[in-house]
Amino acid sequence: MIESLLHVENLKKYYPIKGGKFGRVSETVRAVDGVSFSVREGETLGIVGESGCGKSTTGRMIMRLIEPTEGKIVFQNRNLMNLSKKEMRKARKDIQMIFQDPFASLNPRHTVEHIIEEPMIVHNIGDRKERKARVEELLELVGLSSYHAKRYPHQFSGGQRQRIGIARALAVRPKVIIADEPVSALDVSVQSQVLNLLKDLQEKFNLTYIFIAHDLSVVRHISDRVGVMYLGKLVELSESERLYDDPKHPYTKALLSSVPVPNPNVQTERMILQGDVPSPAHPPAGCSFHDRCPFAMDICSKERPHLKKLEDGRLVSCHLYD
Amino acid sequence: MLKMSDPVLKVEGLKTSFFTDDGEVPAVGGIDFEVKEGEILGIVGESGCGKSVTSLSIMGLLPSPPGKIVGGHIYYQGEDISHAKESKMRKLRGNEIAMIFQEPMTSLNPVFTIGEQLEEAIKLHNQRLPKKEIENRSVELLKRVGLPRAKELLKEYPHELSGGMRQRVMIAIAMSCNPKVLIADEPTTALDVTIQAQILDLMIKLNKETNTAIIMITHDLGVVAQMCQRVVVMYAGKIVEEGPVKDIFNHPKHPYTEGLIQSIPDLHGKKERLYTIKGSVPKPGSITKGCLFAPRCEFVMDKCRVNTPELSGGEHKSRCFLHQEQGRKEVRT
Repeated sequence: MIESLLHVENLKKYYPIKGGKFGRVSETVRAVDGVSFSVREGETLGIVGESGCGKSTTGRMIMRLIEPTEGKIVFQNRNLMNLSKKEMRKARKDIQMIFQDPFASLNPRHTVEHIIEEPMIVHNIGDRKERKARVEELLELVGLSSYHAKRYPHQFSGGQRQRIGIARALAVRPKVIIADEPVSALDVSVQSQVLNLLKDLQEKFNLTYIFIAHDLSVVRHISDRVGVMYLGKLVELSESERLYDDPKHPYTKALLSSVPVPNPNVQTERMILQGDVPSPAHPPAGCSFHDRCPFAMDICSKERPHLKKLEDGRLVSCHLYD
Repeated sequence: MLKMSDPVLKVEGLKTSFFTDDGEVPAVGGIDFEVKEGEILGIVGESGCGKSVTSLSIMGLLPSPPGKIVGGHIYYQGEDISHAKESKMRKLRGNEIAMIFQEPMTSLNPVFTIGEQLEEAIKLHNQRLPKKEIENRSVELLKRVGLPRAKELLKEYPHELSGGMRQRVMIAIAMSCNPKVLIADEPTTALDVTIQAQILDLMIKLNKETNTAIIMITHDLGVVAQMCQRVVVMYAGKIVEEGPVKDIFNHPKHPYTEGLIQSIPDLHGKKERLYTIKGSVPKPGSITKGCLFAPRCEFVMDKCRVNTPELSGGEHKSRCFLHQEQGRKEVRT
């Protein structure tokens, strides 16, 4: 078996809803409800799902930007959950993040140089001169020029800003990059530039990506393996090719068939789901997808299915495959 | 009487500019297109290409100042409405041409119930309808857009509904007066894929039932491919290609259209690298000479930088010297 670089076990995040007399906890929102997966060195794990499924919360919990309620995060054989705040800060040198909104994630009052240099200052890397040289190197690396260093974020387009965000994440030479919807705010022609850049950088530095997105075709393009989330749980996890060509979980099937194909010659047989995603404060009993599932059986409303390994190695959480 | 083949809406040489402190910024630089009754026309393009400004110009909803229609005509059923009076536009809007927007969160008023907002739309255009009748109509409209518990929903506020339900309510309001043309500006961009599929299905169903023409403004080529009969591709305020959906996707003539189609990652079958269009969209007004796409074009020729190509061709038009000169069917084989 190949050693995994990062391993997440039974990760949970519950948010209490306080209300009534004396602010008692009346309900809990299970944003992420027991997610486990591992990532191998140099691979890209994609996480897809619709809004509110907990994919971003999962990403942030790995860096402990959101404190998990429960669970284990093992990175290089060390459980990050046992680290103190100070130790965690140091550990983040190896795990960096790229955010969705290239407009909100860069400080408008700082120059690009300052933005990219900051993580190196935090982690005590090099002296001033070395850092300056590194900033220039990073700018060239992400397809910008060294003369951009003195400019401010508002002078750049969305795609260029995302490149700055990538340069900042790379500044401390991380092993893992968690990319949370890195291309969703970009136009298609720019999106493809950024996706190609991410792939090139991965090859060059043997980076490991956790790529979180709602766009299924983008995730397919970049990922080696893909996990599908629904209401805080992983419902299916397998190699991306298998998942896309032969989805097992009914939710994955519906999700894939809903994507409008940019080819008028293909009229896909759409499986249109009824209704909306239920509130994570009151998930349906049993399988959380059973009320929208066209294949629901009696057992689905009673028993919660667990993630099981099928014969071909993929993981599915559905009673159809018992 | 309008014939089937006559356009309900025709835009001729429309030019819209914004007058800012830095001078005139042309957002739409002279575009022509038409929509026939019952047709679904797609307008695609990336941010800043002028597709939304085009729709606001048609509706007479341009923020003015700074926006202004500086040239061209908009014909609705043969009548020029490009400079119509506000009172005239008020009658047209909703009754004849309706619009739905991208943000279902912000286009409903949070302090009024769904019922009040739906009834307001009906009342505005049918002054003499009795109260009971208005309510019945509202319920019927909500049912038609596939919303359950229509009666109770009338008493609920927008925040109690999900994004998909709000967009359904917006469609119900837009369809309340049986418009001839429905302009949908990125109606599913803020929604999740499974909900997007529901809304697109609903729009196709309404289009078939009521024969309302739909102008679908989007950046998503997938939506265009699955919904529209004809498509207009815009770049930097101009139409670069126009034609039947199948022709455009199978044999794109303009390098920009070709590039756009190529840059989308595939859902099935893996490409190692994505095709990219180098550079980014030019600032409006920054290119004054030659083809607007020339600085980013792979096939750029000397004359592209000097002369401006015209939109030409039969049913499938394109604005490119390459195609016009060599009569090539495809840009790339």
